[in-house]
Amino acid sequence: MSDVAIQAEGLSKRYRIGTASGPYKTLRESLMAAPMRPLSVVKSRLGGARPESKRQEEIWALRDVSFEVRAGEVLGIIGRNGAGKSTLLKVLSRITEPTSGLADVHGRVGSLLEVGTGFHPELTGRENIFLNGAILGMKRAEIKARFDEIAAFAEIEQFLDTPVKRYSSGMYMRLAFSVAAHLEPEILIVDEVLAVGDASFQKKCLNKMEDVGRQGRTVIFVSHNMAAVTRLCQRAVLLVGGHVVDDGPAHRIVSSYMDAGMGISAMREWPDWRTAPGDDVARLRSVRVRTEGGQTVESVDIRQPVLIEVEYVNLQSTLRPTAVLHFFNDTGVCLFSSNDFTNREWWNAPRTPGIVRATCRIPGNFLAEGSIAVLAAISSYEPHVVHALERDAVSFQVVDHSTGDGARGPYGGTVPGLVRPMLEWDVDVEPAVPNAATG
Amino acid sequence: MSAGDAAIPHEERRMAAPVPTVRIEPSHGWADLRLSDIWEYRELLYFLAWRDIKVRYKQTALGATWAILQPFLTMVVFSVFFGHLARMPSEGVPYPIFSFAALVPWTFFANGLTLSSNSLVANANLISKVYFPRLVVPIAGVLSGIVDFGLAFVVLLGMMAYYHVVPTVNVVLLPLFLLLALVTSLGVGIWLAALNVEFRDVRYVVPFLVQIWLFATPIAYASSLLHGPWRTLYGLNPMVGVVEGFRWALLGTRVDIGPSVAISAVVSLLLLITGALYFRRMERTFADVV
Repeated sequence: MSDVAIQAEGLSKRYRIGTASGPYKTLRESLMAAPMRPLSVVKSRLGGARPESKRQEEIWALRDVSFEVRAGEVLGIIGRNGAGKSTLLKVLSRITEPTSGLADVHGRVGSLLEVGTGFHPELTGRENIFLNGAILGMKRAEIKARFDEIAAFAEIEQFLDTPVKRYSSGMYMRLAFSVAAHLEPEILIVDEVLAVGDASFQKKCLNKMEDVGRQGRTVIFVSHNMAAVTRLCQRAVLLVGGHVVDDGPAHRIVSSYMDAGMGISAMREWPDWRTAPGDDVARLRSVRVRTEGGQTVESVDIRQPVLIEVEYVNLQSTLRPTAVLHFFNDTGVCLFSSNDFTNREWWNAPRTPGIVRATCRIPGNFLAEGSIAVLAAISSYEPHVVHALERDAVSFQVVDHSTGDGARGPYGGTVPGLVRPMLEWDVDVEPAVPNAATG
Repeated sequence: MSAGDAAIPHEERRMAAPVPTVRIEPSHGWADLRLSDIWEYRELLYFLAWRDIKVRYKQTALGATWAILQPFLTMVVFSVFFGHLARMPSEGVPYPIFSFAALVPWTFFANGLTLSSNSLVANANLISKVYFPRLVVPIAGVLSGIVDFGLAFVVLLGMMAYYHVVPTVNVVLLPLFLLLALVTSLGVGIWLAALNVEFRDVRYVVPFLVQIWLFATPIAYASSLLHGPWRTLYGLNPMVGVVEGFRWALLGTRVDIGPSVAISAVVSLLLLITGALYFRRMERTFADVV
């Protein structure tokens, strides 16, 4: 199980872009260019005329990318648009050659860079299953053996002999994904497939991907869906401008990527209190996300409690400042807020100058999965005055590993709601069967 | 995921087939043809050809009848103008069958050439999203013409019966001439397919090329119009070998076809080999350019 599936060393890929006529030439241009070529050489020798414009036409989509994927590992590749993720997948699936570097790939590779590649609208569902299967690298016997399964998964059995141009887009996507889902290579390369289709379809894809991972196959997975990456992948690689800038456990890479994107992390400190957010009543010192054990964390298991610790300097003893936290999800919705005056004893206690540490404990099985940004503030009441306020003070990831004992239970689909509390249910069963139910 | 769950299917797979290893690296200069790759992807080749055949006549009112009509109507036109009005010599067989026996392989050649030269651009989405040996695409384009050829050939047999033309024993060599047509079509097709990716002008060149080539091939007329060394030289057009071969095998025309067929075969093979080499060389950037 621990042998290497993919070993990439110094992979680089250069593209030529920005030519006026687009990527392909016309014969006329080439023919015209041929006699001009010696002339332009002379020109550039003489006056150094625009050699730099030549250079601008090239970009390095990948630069010296090295990594290793072990057999059975699920590796996520993350990065912004244009970071080279898709190019890397194209090189690994042999669609395009690298400009330099090499990669050794051990095992049959199935790549899924698009759902429904090669589907022909004029052909029927049945015909497209065979065609698409062959394009994805399945043998005819394999497709035959799995045909019923594919049709059943796509839920299109009664339309098998209808041309796919008459399918609804949902049916089309289901069929296309179904064929791909039944591909059984040792190494599966998947790009943004989950970005298409509706939410329930995306979930279906995610679950299938999870199955693939459980079967011990090697998966390389590119997605912008950070929750999906943390859920599916053990390890992740962060690409920035064609370079690998980080490689490690998926939850760590994802949270550092998210933080880089938002400029916030799980820990925030203001070493010099004079420049820290605040006024002459109170000033923030630090905010951090931690476990019950006191360890600063960027991601938490949905089942575990998470603590937000606010430290501030209280500079006076007349007002009674308190810590306030607002929690936002990644769509910017404020989920809830909390204030340390819920601690009555503290609320009524007299204040003395000094450092105050207030910790808010959010129970496990309460937050929904995704990233959470925290606003921290110091306020006093009667009258209400905000002394210090820091939006996006810290952030963290809530990860649902779908272990079956969380609030999502064995369900793999979309769990609606801004929070995901584990509530108590009473269930009674009456042994008598009402007459109406038998009819 | 427990280690136990994962280990079982993995072990099974390992016993079933050895894990293939591929090294991905930039290739330099003239690449090796890697014909074994194409063999490995023969099922894809089959499905692509099958798709072309299926789709070709799907929304046409006359369907596969077009496969017959195309050469048949050309034959009628040729028979009226060249056979009847111009009274072209037809080597002792009725003019309609004389021209049709040439038009059947010609149509196969011309359609295969047209299809394969445009095949890479037409399948751009496949090429930029999936790996497979790219040569499969133009080969499938040429092979998909086999069914059309078969249908037209049946009509040719019917016409031979109608005109009481009995094939000679040479007919056993007919598959070789069909192969020659296929190799020529493929050779030119892959040259043009690879050029078409980079130079979209090819699309406009192809119909023109096919038209000129039709008249440079002894379809409407007999190659016996040429004499001596000129006829042998004429074999440089590989379709001359194909057409002469078809007439010789089916109609028993008494021409010495040996030298021109030999030259045609050599030219045709050269076209195929150089085409495949050029294609393989250009192939590495297809996905980036197409």
